[in-house]
Amino acid sequence: MAVKNYVLVCGGSACESAKGNEIYKSLLHQAENQGVSSDLQIVKTGCFGFCEKGPIVKVLPDEAFYVEVKPEDAEEIISENIVKGRMVDRLLYKEDSKAEFKAEDIKFYQKQERIVLRNCGLIDPESIDEYIARDGYLGLEKALFEMSSDDIVNELKKSGLRGRGGAGFPTSLKWSFTQRVESDQKYVVCNADEGDPGAYMDRATLEGDPHSVIEAMIIAGKCVGADKGAIYIRAEYPLAIHRLEIAMAQAREKGLMGENILGTDFSFDLEIRLGAGAFVCGEETALLASIEGKRGMPIPKPPFPAVKGLFGKPTVINNVETFANIPVIISKGGDWFAEYGTEGSKGTKVFALTGKIKNSGLIEVPMGTTLREIVFDIGGGIPGGKKFKGVQTGGPSGGVLTDEFLDTPIDFDSLLAVGSMMGSGGMIVMDEDDCMVDVAKFYLDFCVEESCGKCAPCRIGTKKLYEILEKISQGKGEMDDLDKMRDMGAAMKKASLCGLGQTAPNPVLSVLNTFEEEVLEHIQGGKCRSGKCKDLVQYTVIEDKCIGCTVCARKCPVNCISGERKVAHVIDQSSCVKCGACYDSCKFGAILVS
Amino acid sequence: MSKMTLEDLRKLRETKKQEAAQRDSDGKDSLIIVGMGTCGIAAGAKDVLDVMLDELKKAGNDNVIIRQAGCMGLCHVEPTIEVRTPGMPDTIYGKVDAKVAKDIVNIHIIDRKLVNEHVYDKPAADIIK
Amino acid sequence: METVEIKINGKPVQVEKGMTILKAALTDEVKIPALCAHDDLDPWAACGLCVCKVEGSPKMVRACATEVVEGQNYITHDPELMKVRRTTLEMILANHPQECLTCGRNTTCELQDLSADFGIREIPYDVDIHELEKDDSTPAIILDPRKCVNCGRCANVCQQLQNVWALEFLERGHKTRMAPAAGVLLNESPCIKCGQCSAHCPVGAIYEKDETKQFMKAIRDESKHVSVQIAPAVRVALGEAFGMEPGELVTGKIYAALRKLGVDSVFDTNFAADLTIMEEGSELVDRIKNGGLLPQITSCCPAWTDYMEKYANDMIPHFSTAKSPMMMQGVVTKTYYAEKIKTPAKDMFTVAIMPCTAKKYEITRDDNMWSSGEQDMDLVLTTREFARLIKSSGICFGCLDDEKADSPIGDYSGAGTIFGVTGGVMEAAVRTAYKLVTEKELDDVNIHAVRGMDGVRKGSVDFDGTEIKVAVAHGMVHVEEILNEVREAKAKGEPVPYHFIEVMACRGGCIAGGGQPYGTNDEVRAKRVAGIYNDDEKSVVRKSHENPEIVQIYKDYLGEPMSHKSHELLHTKYQLRPLYSK
Repeated sequence: MAVKNYVLVCGGSACESAKGNEIYKSLLHQAENQGVSSDLQIVKTGCFGFCEKGPIVKVLPDEAFYVEVKPEDAEEIISENIVKGRMVDRLLYKEDSKAEFKAEDIKFYQKQERIVLRNCGLIDPESIDEYIARDGYLGLEKALFEMSSDDIVNELKKSGLRGRGGAGFPTSLKWSFTQRVESDQKYVVCNADEGDPGAYMDRATLEGDPHSVIEAMIIAGKCVGADKGAIYIRAEYPLAIHRLEIAMAQAREKGLMGENILGTDFSFDLEIRLGAGAFVCGEETALLASIEGKRGMPIPKPPFPAVKGLFGKPTVINNVETFANIPVIISKGGDWFAEYGTEGSKGTKVFALTGKIKNSGLIEVPMGTTLREIVFDIGGGIPGGKKFKGVQTGGPSGGVLTDEFLDTPIDFDSLLAVGSMMGSGGMIVMDEDDCMVDVAKFYLDFCVEESCGKCAPCRIGTKKLYEILEKISQGKGEMDDLDKMRDMGAAMKKASLCGLGQTAPNPVLSVLNTFEEEVLEHIQGGKCRSGKCKDLVQYTVIEDKCIGCTVCARKCPVNCISGERKVAHVIDQSSCVKCGACYDSCKFGAILVS
Repeated sequence: MSKMTLEDLRKLRETKKQEAAQRDSDGKDSLIIVGMGTCGIAAGAKDVLDVMLDELKKAGNDNVIIRQAGCMGLCHVEPTIEVRTPGMPDTIYGKVDAKVAKDIVNIHIIDRKLVNEHVYDKPAADIIK
Repeated sequence: METVEIKINGKPVQVEKGMTILKAALTDEVKIPALCAHDDLDPWAACGLCVCKVEGSPKMVRACATEVVEGQNYITHDPELMKVRRTTLEMILANHPQECLTCGRNTTCELQDLSADFGIREIPYDVDIHELEKDDSTPAIILDPRKCVNCGRCANVCQQLQNVWALEFLERGHKTRMAPAAGVLLNESPCIKCGQCSAHCPVGAIYEKDETKQFMKAIRDESKHVSVQIAPAVRVALGEAFGMEPGELVTGKIYAALRKLGVDSVFDTNFAADLTIMEEGSELVDRIKNGGLLPQITSCCPAWTDYMEKYANDMIPHFSTAKSPMMMQGVVTKTYYAEKIKTPAKDMFTVAIMPCTAKKYEITRDDNMWSSGEQDMDLVLTTREFARLIKSSGICFGCLDDEKADSPIGDYSGAGTIFGVTGGVMEAAVRTAYKLVTEKELDDVNIHAVRGMDGVRKGSVDFDGTEIKVAVAHGMVHVEEILNEVREAKAKGEPVPYHFIEVMACRGGCIAGGGQPYGTNDEVRAKRVAGIYNDDEKSVVRKSHENPEIVQIYKDYLGEPMSHKSHELLHTKYQLRPLYSK
């Protein structure tokens, strides 16, 4: 019994509320009525992620994509599309007033472009054969047999690839510095010390496609004349480490790594160095110190690692995502790569989309994609009908982008221009329930813990900024705290030794610039509009409304609510922990949050 | 395998490409890809994999290739499983637990029907060109 | 010298290639504030105060760590830089106890100076102090982590210059602290008590144990005969505390000051240095002539001895058994001299003014330090403590007339005085060993082969046809190179590469010891070294064996070098010590 058609009805919560379920039933009913039940299967699916046009119905294998479907449309879908094999034109998703037929053609799907993640989720990361089948090691092949060192640098230059670790330094330039230095020993190092809260792009890449990074590092070795490399990866990534180890062994066994690669006189080998998870070790000089067995602390640049790096030798150091781009740049050419992205930022960027977003996940979009496209098209918007408040890009080094910047193209330079930064690719979405003082405090807390403690502006500044934010969140802030934070922030940006300290004040400064009103509410009004700052919230019982049902008293985890049955209850403010359990459990609206 | 030369590498690549193409066209083999990144595993992908292997064994079906892959990017619906069966649309299932895993084998692979409620039609396959 | 043409605040200057902005600016008398930078150390770039701008770049760079580049214009001061520096300084002060009045570094504190220069009148941020316990476990130095500004100098000195690694950076972020690894106490760590950390600390976070009170107590004690010796290096550095130039010789003023303080007898460690040469030189000659184990290694530096016992105890048999001059002086004071003045040893109170903190440790380092029957040395004061003592006593140091040391253990030769500089022990030994081996006197006592500031110096001296190979190392980081040569030769069964090796723990020798006045750098070292050689050159007697008081003590008391009596009083033994005693 072969089914001819599959009819997919979106079953996401938004569609559910928009009658997805009714449409489903209606379709079943119509199929029965029109006698085609055995020819098709009607399936309720997860969210298509395109809720603004929901409910959505998709018919396979025709790939007919119907939007804003109503239950009464079921009849026509069955009779036209299934019975007669003609698409229902009026329901098809239209864009730019041009009817389009295939899901692949809809902008929603076009938003993503997978270069870095080209193999992730597709191939078995533990099989080198599958990697090779998808043109793996083709770049290495070209680099070894058809290209000179200069050719490789030139190809990178044409591609316009910029480092994906955060700062966006042109990769071709980095490689050419190392290439040009004379030295008896050079190294290639991969920075896999991903540590931003909410960022896991590199982990996913290494877990899903370890060979892409290995291949790139061998190409780098060939380009700059290095025969040794190291992947510095945090020990918290056991699966990525495991898969890298397998991949390295396979590459060695096949003669793609080690002595005389593919029979040439070029040799290159790699080792894995485990990091203990210090955020600062993502800073390249601290990372190199850590590989050398020293405490992970940054040193001033120049000299740059490209000239004086690991064990004092010229070292190419790039992060996972940067490397993962390189095999395809070499195999398909820099010009091909440069077709993606914007003038100043070529290619794609992988983001880990998290926070108050429907479709949290790992996405890869061409540089220049707007925040709106990422948050609302790909991410599916904010769950629960809440209002979008902002997106933190660049993690603890970046800033908040509010709706004002939704149409800013995401690339290195535009983000800097609006006071944030690309960072490594964490994107945390915030909604109206998030308190910006709380958010800034969260990031500062992270930096307080992760500051290596070497330089004074960062070591002391992070702590002092955190303390002031804490004061504000407790309603004890003073107006001159704003100036103090700005002063310290400015000094930290300019006088901190490394990127961690230089960017640590960004979340605070960004909140001060963008959400000053909200901060002032905390200071002057002693009020936190989202209720996140617990010290500014008070739960009280509205005597008139309380019927003395005792539910809240039973729910209270600290037993600070007392009262006789059928008598209005009282909350003991001195022991209340402001968990909100009473508010949530009261059926009579008798708990007042103020 | 011993160390390869350039010719060996090219030959291997061609063979593997053909193998992949053949699997897609000759209509015999179904392919199940289990997303086994840290995110998938944390959400239970390993158990899902075991259940599927068990279930296929019980059904005496050796016509299915199960393999792992890294993260597909759909973190909000992990564990994710992609099923490619000739003659059926490539499908990504999300939020797959042991029950759904059994359903995928019994309903999708054997009965050749999609499994209700767990189809996530926003898959990587659509996106990757 | 290759030079580059740059601009400092728009003004063209020509400076040495490779110079940092910080140094280049100084050539034009522009002082950029800095707290962590120190001439002895590689730039550490921690404090953030020395930030400067390069014209055309929005970034700030650290002047201490950035080499100047031809053609650049460096902005060292502008309103933004001043604001950033001020805020940074305010932040540093917000982590530092406001206890200047009772701090050991009051008026010599680099942070205090900066605060004064910046005109800081209040700290806008809440002051919070890293409340940690003092570590006063060693008899030499005290670590007070509350006052630490995390500049890193102490740990870097300990690691980069001294290769001891007793001090480490522990913890992270605002919890960062300088302490021995694993949080053990200093005395349980590999610390060799050299005190270079204390000499480099910009604030009062690590400092010599102050024992001036014990000194004054002994002075007040009528029953005690207080006898003081002064080390060679003190005489070329103490003057700095009174506004004199480094290297200015103030030996006579020190004697006078001591007498004014109420000291009963004033001696000089240089006398015992001559005595050391008699013993150590004879030991060397004995080893050379009678096929003893070579090379012989000097043992007068207690920090080096401590290092050897911990890190290089395979070298114990190579160590000269001769005690250090200070210990020799102590024991002859409590025996030979005590007998002469008919005072029981127990009523003698021996004090040494030393450039060194390790000397505080040495006086009780093992049982051999009680050869007189009593503790041979009762107290050690560093140059810094001694300077404070003089100031508190109302003595106008500069006004003092030169006096002479007491007899019969106060006179010294030029050889004795050069013990204070690197290569000096070697040179002094050669002057006497030459005589002992060849039975002739050296024509030219200036042994240039062993002088200088290179970390390791190797050379040979012609002993009338016999080539005596010598090596000198100073700054503990340079020691392993020589020791490894010895080890390799021994392992291969080859003849050892040296006959005699001199090691001093501190760069430059005792003149730059851990107890010397603050502000020591190579420029200051050079001046103090010059002062020492000046003292040598103006001496009438320049060889230890020609010091009449030395001749006398052997005649009257010890017999001859390496005699039974000498061994009993003037020689010691070494032991293996664990790096971590916990």
